[in-house]
Amino acid sequence: MGALHPAAIGEILRQREQKELLRLVVVGSVDDGKSTLIGRLLYELHGLYQDQIDQVRRATKQGGAALDFSLFTDGLLAEREQAITIDVAYRYCASKRRKLIIADTPGHVQYTRNMATGASTADVAVILLDARLGTLPQTRRHAFIAALLGIRQLVVAVNKMDLVGFSQAAFEEIRDDFLSFAERLGFDGVQVLPLCASDGDNVAAPSARLAWHSGATLLELLDTVPVARHRTGGAFRFPVQGVLRPNLDYRAVTGQIVAGEIAVGDEVVALPSGLRTRVTSIDRLGGPLANARAPQAVALQLEHQLDVGRGELLAAPDSPPIVTRRFEADVVWLGEQPSDPRRGYLVKHGTRVVPARIERVCHRVDLETIEHQEAPALTLNDIGRLALAVGKPLVVDRYQGCRATGAFIVIDAQTNATVGAGMITEATASHDGARGGAVSAVERRARFGHGPVLVWNPAKAEALERALWDEGLATAIANTPEAARACVAAGLVCLFVPEDRGTVALRAQLAGEPVPMVETGIFEEIVAAARA
Amino acid sequence: MSALTHLDELEAESIHIIREVAAEFKKPVMLYSVGKDSQVLLHLARKAFFPAPLPFPLLHIDTTWKFRAMYELRDHVVREHGLQLIVGCNQRGLDEGINPFDYSSQRYTRVMKTLALVETLKTHGFDAAFGGARRDEEKSRAKERVYSFRDRDQQWDPRNQRPELWNLYNGRIEAGESIRVFPLSNWTELDVWQYVLREALPVVPLYFAAERPVVRRGGAWIMVDDDRMRLLPGEASVLKRVRFRTLGCYPLSGAVESNATTVIEVIGEMLDSRWSERQGRLIDHDEEGSMESKKREGYF
Repeated sequence: MGALHPAAIGEILRQREQKELLRLVVVGSVDDGKSTLIGRLLYELHGLYQDQIDQVRRATKQGGAALDFSLFTDGLLAEREQAITIDVAYRYCASKRRKLIIADTPGHVQYTRNMATGASTADVAVILLDARLGTLPQTRRHAFIAALLGIRQLVVAVNKMDLVGFSQAAFEEIRDDFLSFAERLGFDGVQVLPLCASDGDNVAAPSARLAWHSGATLLELLDTVPVARHRTGGAFRFPVQGVLRPNLDYRAVTGQIVAGEIAVGDEVVALPSGLRTRVTSIDRLGGPLANARAPQAVALQLEHQLDVGRGELLAAPDSPPIVTRRFEADVVWLGEQPSDPRRGYLVKHGTRVVPARIERVCHRVDLETIEHQEAPALTLNDIGRLALAVGKPLVVDRYQGCRATGAFIVIDAQTNATVGAGMITEATASHDGARGGAVSAVERRARFGHGPVLVWNPAKAEALERALWDEGLATAIANTPEAARACVAAGLVCLFVPEDRGTVALRAQLAGEPVPMVETGIFEEIVAAARA
Repeated sequence: MSALTHLDELEAESIHIIREVAAEFKKPVMLYSVGKDSQVLLHLARKAFFPAPLPFPLLHIDTTWKFRAMYELRDHVVREHGLQLIVGCNQRGLDEGINPFDYSSQRYTRVMKTLALVETLKTHGFDAAFGGARRDEEKSRAKERVYSFRDRDQQWDPRNQRPELWNLYNGRIEAGESIRVFPLSNWTELDVWQYVLREALPVVPLYFAAERPVVRRGGAWIMVDDDRMRLLPGEASVLKRVRFRTLGCYPLSGAVESNATTVIEVIGEMLDSRWSERQGRLIDHDEEGSMESKKREGYF
């Protein structure tokens, strides 16, 4: 006890403190040696408690063999667990550079929903296969589901190499076969590597028996595979979870930044209302921040006391998401009852729950061939494309562009069960207005293809307007401050040519309003400002 | 901006869960047992709503047999942060004289903990209760959901548990139904200690080694925390340098001999005991940790 010196512990903790999070899903059937591989990973990476190791050692001794790694995750399952219908187990350990959260999912045919659940949060998928059997239909199915759920990095572990005599030729045949299939799934990276999980070959350490394999070990791969940027990259997205109002002088919206980053002073647009404002403070216990980024959870104070609340989404104005009431999505059907166009559903998307209806089944994917088929409905464990209509607008991105704003779940309105997991592929911009039928700024922008600009007192206004008009912009010339304000509110590019001292008056009136202004009358600048 | 670490990500995930429950449920409550996990959970909740106060009360299920140091820290924390605390106690059990000496630990736990919890939740009409349980505590917890559904009798129905994809939690319930929520699901014991260290959170001093009066029982050191402790014939308390890995009712909590007086040293002993096993050493006290976990499993 206490053999570790405090300074040494301090160093271990400092290193551990710096670790990134890597979420991976491991998929394969029991026969592929998945339990053995995960048990081996946990053992090598100190993810096990003493009593677990003792337990397994005792259980193994009875059989007389070396430590049976599969027992770390198998066996002793309580009866109640066997009744659990969705069956994803989560395991934890840490590698040299990363803390790993492993979603352990069974790989049998009927467990599509388990894999989808595990894959929904994963950065990397590890698919196991048996070297004796090679690429099976289920291997292709797993790769397809991983791609569908937005996983960009795939690791294929060809296990049980001992049973094919560690044959390089056997491995290469499997590898080439799989790679030629995986090409069309569009992963950023696919790694195929040979393993023998029960003996540990190429798991944590290279193996003399696989000396012909020049690539990394599984652990090295997990330490170096790029963590998908969908979690942090892309334009700013912030689904509002709630409002903090501890007193009359303070109002902030809470939420988690699900994509991109934000700094104090940045402009944001609240959707679906279309109101624009600026972030004046990024607050959290311990002191405000100058900037923050995905996936941090923060509270944002906004410049205008806007009525922005739960269910709205703050976004970067230069690449806004789509406000929609009708969209198409790839859906994994999780419900015991088939999808039903007459049934009432709810869709939970971000922090918004809205009534929904299934308009039609565009196709169903045959998981044996990965080909599209016609189908009247999706049934349990089916994957297919649905056209959905929702009772109130959602603010969405395509799933492959942004997971957090492209994903939704379908809830049966009668039973409250979660019956579907959807990934938006296509959304129709909504033109029916967000609030009480009023046309929103976002809708105007969507129709015109640009936002409002105020051009100050340009020379040769008529000629300039003609040039802008021919460029495709919606324009107007205004002579009074009131007219100019009306034009800007209507989303137009307004050339303001004051009759008298209106410039000064309008400047005063517009102070604080976030309208792009161009002072020079230069054509290119105006176009750029409008389309920014 | 410096890179976000795994603790930053875990923190953000937990805060998201806490805010989501606060927004979607009518009357949430946070179970507060004063242990290290509770301290972390409470800290995350304060972060989730700062600078506003917590939008829900804390609930301490009190058997009246907790360590004195736990009551002290509880009251200190509640005062310091101006929190609303509800103490849930099974008065009928007390009146019937249920105690940890004359009754089996199963019976005692069921009456004074589980029933006390169920009754208190029902009396107040809470529809969501946060707990500090983690998936790494035990193999059987590895499949536990973040939102765990309870029917009208607060029973856990395995068929009624919902798949959890992305961070989209389905919080729809009918009147009378409720959920238990586990925002620390993805944290490990080491993460919890590391976060206690990073955020300088107060924890009960019993987690650190000190000379304490103890008696040897069933292979564990039991602390004589007050004069209600019943000594068996021939039993005498001795002073030992011990600390606790989990805290509950003092007559049922086993201490381990230790020299760890700081968080760093506690973590050091954890790392040491786990790693040393790989060289074939056997350390008996880990069994107690898993026993306690199982108790908590029943409790929650």
